Amino acid sequence: MAYVDDFPTDARIVRWNMAVAFISLGIGGLFGMIQALHRTGIFRGFVSSADYYTVLTGHGVLLALVFTTFALSGLFTWGVTRSLDRPLPSPRFTMGWFALMLLGSIIAAVTILGGLVPSMPFKADVLFTFYAPMQAHPAFYIGLVFFVVGSWLAGVDWFRAYWGWRKDNPGERIPLQTFMVLVTMLMWYISSIGVAVEVLFFLLPWSLGLIEAVDPLLTRTLFWYFGHPVVYFWLMPAYFIWYTVLPKLSGGRLFSDPLARVVFILFLLLSTPVGFHHQYVDPGIPEGFKFIAMTNTMFLLLPSLLTAFTVVASIEHGGRQRGGEGRLGWLRSLPWDEPAFAGCVLAGLMFAAGGFSGMINAGMNINYLIHNTLWVPGHFHLTVGTASALTFMAAGYWLFPQITGNRLRFRSLATIQPYVWFIGMTLMSNAMHRAGLAGVPRRTAEPQYDAVSFQGVVGGISEMRLQIAIGGTILFIGLVLYLIVIFGTWFGGSGNDTLRVNSSLPAPLSGPEHSPKILDNLKLWTAVAIVLIALAYGLPLWALVSDGLLAPGSPPIPV
Amino acid sequence: MEIHRFEKLWTAAALLLIVGLIATVTYGTVGAGVKMVDDSGGTVDAGSLGDTEFGDPGVTQVGENQYEVHVVARQFLFQPGTTSPIRVPANSEVTFYITSADVVHGFEVAGTNINVMVIPGQVAEITVRFDDPGQYGIVCHEYCGAGHHTMAGQLVVVPEDEYEGGS
Repeated sequence: MAYVDDFPTDARIVRWNMAVAFISLGIGGLFGMIQALHRTGIFRGFVSSADYYTVLTGHGVLLALVFTTFALSGLFTWGVTRSLDRPLPSPRFTMGWFALMLLGSIIAAVTILGGLVPSMPFKADVLFTFYAPMQAHPAFYIGLVFFVVGSWLAGVDWFRAYWGWRKDNPGERIPLQTFMVLVTMLMWYISSIGVAVEVLFFLLPWSLGLIEAVDPLLTRTLFWYFGHPVVYFWLMPAYFIWYTVLPKLSGGRLFSDPLARVVFILFLLLSTPVGFHHQYVDPGIPEGFKFIAMTNTMFLLLPSLLTAFTVVASIEHGGRQRGGEGRLGWLRSLPWDEPAFAGCVLAGLMFAAGGFSGMINAGMNINYLIHNTLWVPGHFHLTVGTASALTFMAAGYWLFPQITGNRLRFRSLATIQPYVWFIGMTLMSNAMHRAGLAGVPRRTAEPQYDAVSFQGVVGGISEMRLQIAIGGTILFIGLVLYLIVIFGTWFGGSGNDTLRVNSSLPAPLSGPEHSPKILDNLKLWTAVAIVLIALAYGLPLWALVSDGLLAPGSPPIPV
Repeated sequence: MEIHRFEKLWTAAALLLIVGLIATVTYGTVGAGVKMVDDSGGTVDAGSLGDTEFGDPGVTQVGENQYEVHVVARQFLFQPGTTSPIRVPANSEVTFYITSADVVHGFEVAGTNINVMVIPGQVAEITVRFDDPGQYGIVCHEYCGAGHHTMAGQLVVVPEDEYEGGS
C-alpha cells in the first residue's frame, strides 16, 4: 500500500505543497541564472542593471522563503501522518494554512515583480533582508505576514495531530519523525517572533504612514534574530530526511535514534541566540555582545558535526548490508544510480564544505575579510542551495511515486540530475568563495569598478566570473531536468505499472528506548531555549531601545 | 543512553575543534589586537548631518601622524571618496568615522581589513595604520538602491613628503 492509498487527503496536501515549492524553485532558479550571467558580465540582455535588484529580490524571497517553507510543509505533513499513522485532524484547517501561505506568497511575489513593470504602482526591490529605511510597498509586508502566520498554523496542525495521538498512546515515546517536526516548529515559533515584531510593529505601520520613522539598527537586529534560525528552518527538514529516509535508501538503518533527538534539541536551544554574528561589522553594537554570539555560533557546529557522524555511520551500515567490505569498500556498493540516494549524499557532502566556510563567517574578527563579499552567497548556496534544495529534490524522487501513485518517469534524466546539480554548484560556489576572498562584493549588478582592482588569491578574476556563469547555467539545467521528471511523474498517469517504491522505514539500530525520557519533554527544552535567548538578546535589545523605540529614527526611502 | 565508543571520540574531537576556533578568535582579539567595530562611534541624527562633524566631511590632522576622516555615504557616493579620493599620508594612524545620510550602505576598502556596515543614525569608527603608499578602491557592499553598483570611491595613501593636507 502506498501512502496515497492510506492517506488520500493528506497526500493531496503534500502534493500541493510540493507543487508550489517546485514551481517557486523553477522561477527563482531562472532568476538565479539571469543573475549569474548578468553580474559576471557574460550576458546583460535580460534586464537592466537597475532591474537586476528586482530579480535578486525575487530569487531570494522565492527560494529562501517560499520554496523552502512549502517543501518542508509537504515533507512534514507526510512525516507526521506517516509516523503517527493517523491523518491530520481537520482537512479544512489544513486547507486554511495552505491557502494563507499561498496567498501571502502570491501577494509578495506580485509586489516584487511589479518592479519589472514601470506602470505598476507597487515595488519591493528591498531584497530578502528588507533593511529599513529602504521601503517596499505595504503589500510586500502584508504578504510576509500572511505567509508567516500560515506557517505558524501549519505547525498548530502538526501539534494537533500529535496531541490526538498522545491521548491514544499515553506514555509512549514520540515517533522520531514527529519529534523532529515538533522541535523544528518550536524553534520556528521562538525565532520568527523577531521578524513578526519587526514587520507588525515597525515596518508595516511605517510603510502605511502611521509612524514617521523607525530605528534602522533595531529593525536590523530583529531581522537577524530571525535571520539565522530561518537557516535551520531549511536545514532541519534536510536533517529529517537524512536521519529517517537516507539510511533506508542506502540499504540500512539509522545508527542512533537517541542521538538524532539530542541533535534536534541542540538546534532548538542554540539556533536563536546567535543572530549577532550577522552583525559583526555593524556599528552601534558593543564588542562583548558580538563575542557572546560568536561562542554560541561556534557551539552550534556541534549538532551538525554529530549529524555527520551518525548519518555517515548509517550509510556505512547500509553499504555493508549490500555486501560492501573493507575499510572503504562499502562506498562502492552503495546505490549511486538511485537519484534519491545520490541526491541526499551529494547534498550532505556539499554541506560539509559549506559548514567549513560557515566557520569563517562565524569567526568574528576573521569575518572582516569576507563580510558582504561574494564569499557569503558562495557559502549559503552550499547550505540552502544544496544541503536543503538538493535533499528536498532527492526526497521528491522517492516521495512523488508514493503521494501520486505513479511510477517515476524519465528515470535516466533523474539518475544524472543530482550529479548535474553537484557539478554546477561546485563550479559556482568555489569561484564565489575565492572571489569573496579577493573582496568582490555580493548583491551588486556590476561588480566591475573603474577605480578598484580585486586581487585574486587563487586564479584570476575573469576565470572566476566564467565559472560562476557556467555553474549558474548548469544549475538551471539541473533544475529543468528535475521539473521534467517530477511533473512528468505526476501527470504521466499510473499506466499499467505497479508501484515499485517500498515506503516502510526500518527501525534504528539503537532505538528510542535507549534515550532518556527527558528528551521528549518539549516544554522543558522550550523553556531552556527561551532563557538562553533572553541572556543573549536581553541586554543588547535593551541598549538599542533605551534611547527610544524609534530613535535614532529614519524616515522611509522608497525603492 | 547508549553512546558508541567512536561516537564519544567524535564528539570529543568536535568539541575540541569548537573550543579551538573560539580560542583563535579570542587570540585575534586579545593577542593580535583585532578590535571589532562597536558602539564607540555613538549615534547621530541622519536627517541633520549638517549640524555635526559630518557637515563638512574630510580629513583632519589630530596629532603627529594621526588623522581623522569623516565620511558620509549617501545614494550613490562617498563624500569624500567618490568625486575626489580620500588622501592620507603614509606612516600614519587614521581613524575613520563613517555614517549614512539615507539608507544602509557598506564601506569596504578592497584588499584591506576595512569592512563595515554604514547604518543611518549610527557612526562606524575604525582605526587603521597605513605604512606604505598605495591606492585602494572603496566599494559600497550593501545594496542601497537602483544605482548601488555605481557607488565606489578611492583611498590614496601618498608618500609622507608629498602630502599636502586632506581633501
